[in-house]
Amino acid sequence: MAQATSTKERPAAQPVRKPLGRGVAWPVAFYRSAVGKKWVMAVTGLMLLGFVLVHMIGNLKLYLSRQDINLYGEALRDLGGHLVPHTSLLWLLRGGIVVALVLHLHSAVTLTRLNSRARPDKYQAPRDYIAANFASRTMRYSGVLIAFYLLFHLADLTWGNANPDFVRGDPYNNLVYSFQRVPVAILYAVANVALGVHLLHGVWSVFQSLGINNPRFNRARRLLAQGVVAVIVVGNVSFPIAVQAGIVDLECPHTDPVAPCEAAAASAR
Amino acid sequence: MSEKMHMELKVWRQAGPGQPGRFVTYDAPGVSPDMSFLEMLDLVNERLVEDGEEPFAFDHDCREGICGSCGLMINGQAHGPERATATCQLHMRKFSDGDQVTVEPWRAAAFPVIKDLAVDRSTLDRIVEAGGYITVATGSAPDANLIPIPKPVADASMDAAACIGCGACVAACPNGAAQLFTSAKLQHLNLLPQGQAERWDRTISMVEEMESFFGSCTNHGECEEACPKSISIDFIALLNRDYVRAQLKQRRLAGQSFP
Ligand code: FES
Repeated sequence: MAQATSTKERPAAQPVRKPLGRGVAWPVAFYRSAVGKKWVMAVTGLMLLGFVLVHMIGNLKLYLSRQDINLYGEALRDLGGHLVPHTSLLWLLRGGIVVALVLHLHSAVTLTRLNSRARPDKYQAPRDYIAANFASRTMRYSGVLIAFYLLFHLADLTWGNANPDFVRGDPYNNLVYSFQRVPVAILYAVANVALGVHLLHGVWSVFQSLGINNPRFNRARRLLAQGVVAVIVVGNVSFPIAVQAGIVDLECPHTDPVAPCEAAAASAR
Repeated sequence: MSEKMHMELKVWRQAGPGQPGRFVTYDAPGVSPDMSFLEMLDLVNERLVEDGEEPFAFDHDCREGICGSCGLMINGQAHGPERATATCQLHMRKFSDGDQVTVEPWRAAAFPVIKDLAVDRSTLDRIVEAGGYITVATGSAPDANLIPIPKPVADASMDAAACIGCGACVAACPNGAAQLFTSAKLQHLNLLPQGQAERWDRTISMVEEMESFFGSCTNHGECEEACPKSISIDFIALLNRDYVRAQLKQRRLAGQSFP
């Protein structure tokens, strides 16, 4: 009769990361820790969310007139008026967004690599997930997709190298020309859906990572995430649809970008 | 008497730490629906012994859901399909006649396989050693209820203290994170007056010990579903909050020691 054999060797778990190290300045120690990185991820995520929301709301001026949205663009460059040099405040905001984006990406990459070290051997049988949903399990993919789209989006509408009809200082025309190209309109819609999926988990996750927890409003956190996603996705995706459907078109191409349009002026009269 | 069930069991066999392993399929007739999952494993093992084969190893002790020794990945779910139930309290009536049941050990860098289905979970003990205690004056026992504690606080602390340390949260987490375990072990003390003196030191020590061996929480919530004691991920939020505060407080306290 066979008996259970005993194993002589005891396995010892190896650390998955270097010691955090005491004695360093606390912000450094904090960012070195995974909990701290999640905190940074949440704060930078909130900053980026704020940017996306303001960006979407500002772009709604597309539905007013060419003059309105172009003047809005000019107003952004002119933030602070004559108190500060022209475009300086805008560059400050841009700098903040870039720093937030870099930290968000850096913590995401580092934590993802830590997590794969924490489970080197995958489950050999299929896993049956209960709580993890599509959004939470695809954060890294939706994030990467958004990052690549962002590069194209900047090349298309900020730098102009991906837009043959680009005119600096005339966002209305740039946007209409861009979205009249069907592949660009589709790409834009797809990227925004990815953004929505990313935020569906992200907005809820912010509360957990920052420790904002109270049984009184815990249920509302998911609802808030859904509401934010609905507003952002519907708002953003409406732009290419409006251009493709001809609701928004070139009112008066290639004249003074911030002058009132003759057609619009005529109808206003 | 209830009908016997005939199951097919796919068990992970691995000779020792770091060795290659594989699934081996065993026929398991004569399973009573009233058996616990562990009794069903015993049944299969007894037959293996009778046939002169080596039985597979798995951890168990109390068999009443309080020790945290048992813990298996059953059909891709930690502790199997029943919510808030440890493997030892999972009844075979939750399965049907003819089912194929796959049993795999917990998988995490922090939980190396000892043999077959048994893993070494001493990394969880290390987290508790790092700060999961309070310092008290020994001597005669203090009067009960000497320190008044609001009922909701006592309840929350007890909810956290329900953790049996089975490691299902780590096993279920797609990142192999031990956030739910650590937050439970941390918060059942941090919430109480008795836990205040060492609160910030404890928070930093336990979180740092955890981070040496485990992954990072991405708020999937799989751990809460897997937990045989239904410990809420709200405790993870409290851990996150306490960790930030600890980083700030430690600095102030350190400042006070060097006036
Ligand atoms: S054997 Fe003790 S909890 Fe299952």
